[in-house]
Amino acid sequence: MTMQSTAPSGLLDTDRIRGDFPILARRLDGDRPLVYLDSANTSQKPRQVIDAMTAHYEQANSNVGRAVHQLGDAATQAYEVARVKIAAFINAPDSSEVIFTKNSTEALNLVANTLCWAQGQYSVGAGDEVVISEMEHHSNIVPWQLLTERTGASLRWFGLTDEGRLDMSHIDELINERTKVVSLVWVSNMLGTVNPLETIIRRAHEVGALVVVDASQAVPQLPVDVAALGADLIAFTGHKMVGPTGIGVLWGRTEILDALPPFLGGGSMIETVTMQGSTWAPLPAKFEAGTPPIVEAIGLAAAVDYLSAIGMDRVAQHEHAITAYALDRLREVDGLTILGPTEAVDRGGAVSFEIDGVHPHDVSQVLDSLGVAVRAGHHCAKPAHARFGVQSSTRASFYLYTTPLEIDALVEGIEQTKRFFKVRS
Amino acid sequence: MDLQSLYQEIILDHYRAPHHAGLREPYEAEVHHVNPTCGDEVTLRVHVADGVVEDVSYAAEGCSISQASTSVLTDLVIGKKVDDAMEIHDSFMELMQSRGKVEPDEDVLEDGIAFAGVAKFPARIKCALLGWMAWKDATAKAVSESEVRHDS
Repeated sequence: MTMQSTAPSGLLDTDRIRGDFPILARRLDGDRPLVYLDSANTSQKPRQVIDAMTAHYEQANSNVGRAVHQLGDAATQAYEVARVKIAAFINAPDSSEVIFTKNSTEALNLVANTLCWAQGQYSVGAGDEVVISEMEHHSNIVPWQLLTERTGASLRWFGLTDEGRLDMSHIDELINERTKVVSLVWVSNMLGTVNPLETIIRRAHEVGALVVVDASQAVPQLPVDVAALGADLIAFTGHKMVGPTGIGVLWGRTEILDALPPFLGGGSMIETVTMQGSTWAPLPAKFEAGTPPIVEAIGLAAAVDYLSAIGMDRVAQHEHAITAYALDRLREVDGLTILGPTEAVDRGGAVSFEIDGVHPHDVSQVLDSLGVAVRAGHHCAKPAHARFGVQSSTRASFYLYTTPLEIDALVEGIEQTKRFFKVRS
Repeated sequence: MDLQSLYQEIILDHYRAPHHAGLREPYEAEVHHVNPTCGDEVTLRVHVADGVVEDVSYAAEGCSISQASTSVLTDLVIGKKVDDAMEIHDSFMELMQSRGKVEPDEDVLEDGIAFAGVAKFPARIKCALLGWMAWKDATAKAVSESEVRHDS
């Protein structure tokens, strides 16, 4: 591997950071080093997160919120401290507004389902409209299709420009007095686009619509302040922000969460149960039926501590610098087309591309043989691919541990792929 | 990771110039199959007459493995009795599920033996099976269609 261009400025001390991530030191088949460029799919985990989870299992494992014994107290305490830390990380006004879910998908389904059942102010029915966009992940499309089919409401969406940005030209018509919900991705997992949420939130609130934000790629990469953002509900997931799988977060304003009916029924979410009926616990328990992902919440809190110690503004700077470097290098590759913005302006660290004459599956297979892990396929964003007339793409995505040398390895791997499939350049 | 064992020259040849590609008339059944994990898709038609697979035509979008596998399939089943073609299908299935532990019979599978290497790459087995699953589905439909017509 040789460095083809000068190192970009704004990078983190990746030598030090990489030392925290045990998996980044492993060797793959053929004794190749791992070049992990699939962090938008799931990020790797630092020792601090792994250790926090192990320590909990070894020293404090117990169920939460019900046991009187010492372990129960320790587990409950750790689980609730995790909630407070995560609330502080996104600047939520009150930690009871942080609902632990399984992932972003469950958080978005929680909102779409409870809106389906809601009475009064938030009820959605025939004649109402829900607005999404063509660049959504399937998890922010399908729940709204189900909601609108079940309620008789209409689903509408922002189209995309050729550059892969939201087409804002009809925003005032698209978001109108019939709009009940606007649910949008903050940072696209496929195109990398960072959407102009401020403008959209302002318009949505003018017409009294709720704003839901899929922040799955945003919370890992950007400093997030939900109080300043102004959205009503946001969803994100632990495993993309150096935390474990199995835990996600729904944040929502208290008055909205209070007004929505419960999602899942069961233990923990009740105030009292009789054979005739039940009443609900206050937030956040109302939306956390059953034994929650306890150790995962503790792991996510350790992840938040880890990211906070580095500083999310520095993480965002690194992400920007490495993405700019990757875009520069990829633009030089003959026969490669980037899907989405080609400049690192309002852009996150996921770059999807096509190689003339080689299917993404085959690209990723050859890259894998060189130790370079990328994602191939539709990245759960089939409509966004269809918008650009392609069925699938190859995606490289970066995080706080990604180095320019890894980008160079990707570019060299792409050239090797072209040679393997005898594509002329 | 042995790339050459996955991408045998025979596979790349079929990929670059697939046999029997395109959608043709006549046909008794047409199916559309997708690989939901990657989005690869195939529309495939089967023409069966007097218990013989007279034609298999298709329009497909996908990786080299799925394209080549569909191409090889058409070479193997066109002109065969449906029952014999189903046996070839079963042999191919067995090969793909073998994790590389079954020695393929070239007399039965011809160019299909090149896929023995694919069986060692679990993520790619679905690619190799896309066209075959579509063909089996379409053929079953075509046969039941012709039985209905015989009965009436």
